[in-house]
Amino acid sequence: MNTAQPQLRPNEAEIIERVCGGEPEAFYELVRPYERMVYATAISVAKNPADAEEIAQEAILKAFSNICRFRAESKFSTWLLQITYNEARMKLKKSRRHLYESIDGQRQNEKGDYWPRDYADWRPIPSELLEQSEIRKAVQNAINSLSPNHRNVLVLRDVQHLSMKEITAILGISEASVKSRLHRARLVLRDSLAPGMDGCWTKGQPYRKVRSW
Amino acid sequence: MVKKKLMATIEISCVEVWREISNYLDNEISTELRERMEAHFKACAHCTAVLDGTRNVVELVGDGKIFQMPEGFSKRLYKKFQKRS
Repeated sequence: MNTAQPQLRPNEAEIIERVCGGEPEAFYELVRPYERMVYATAISVAKNPADAEEIAQEAILKAFSNICRFRAESKFSTWLLQITYNEARMKLKKSRRHLYESIDGQRQNEKGDYWPRDYADWRPIPSELLEQSEIRKAVQNAINSLSPNHRNVLVLRDVQHLSMKEITAILGISEASVKSRLHRARLVLRDSLAPGMDGCWTKGQPYRKVRSW
Repeated sequence: MVKKKLMATIEISCVEVWREISNYLDNEISTELRERMEAHFKACAHCTAVLDGTRNVVELVGDGKIFQMPEGFSKRLYKKFQKRS
């Protein structure tokens, strides 16, 4: 373990040395700031909170078992999320839940373009809207209805704000694939959220169209 | 004058604009394409609605409160960890 590795946050190299030097409890200190990221990555694949927790915890324990082999060629968080993503994928394969129906995968032409629906103007969201649990639930449901491939790219980029480089490392796909999945995921989400976002959720009105096509 | 303005807006189609909306928001496109898209948005209500909606999605999802950690997650993790370490 090279303590001068620029990929690590201050203290991380030192904590890793302590863990590998016989102080396993120190690992908890290392992983604590990343618990939320690990959980969000797990739920982006697993969807249900109980499975996501199991995946997240297994991934963290796996990282603990392998920490002395970590060479700091990437950030610690990237390595940890790679393990989480693999753990989640393995679990998903076992349960074969990836075969469920999702809302995207339709509405595309033969070239794979996504054609956005013609919803009304969706003006900037007042920030207090985000405080409403109803809105949060609607966003969660919309994210859950994406296919796993689109969901995990969206969660890594737009929820966790990771860089393109980190996402390609975690998912093991090209930047072009990340961009194209992200694009599709955002447009699908817009299509599923827009009808409720012009005030009709709160006012119980039908949504308006810009024009009929 | 009218012809010149029309030329600028029809230079890029709605389908081409949709393809690049996400890259536009992430600023991952060339200045030239950005200018063409901006000219298109000025003239096309539908693409502007798609852009605004997509931007709102990015804001909503990035709110940070979307995935709440289950209560007691850390405690349960620590217990498992103590068993294994």
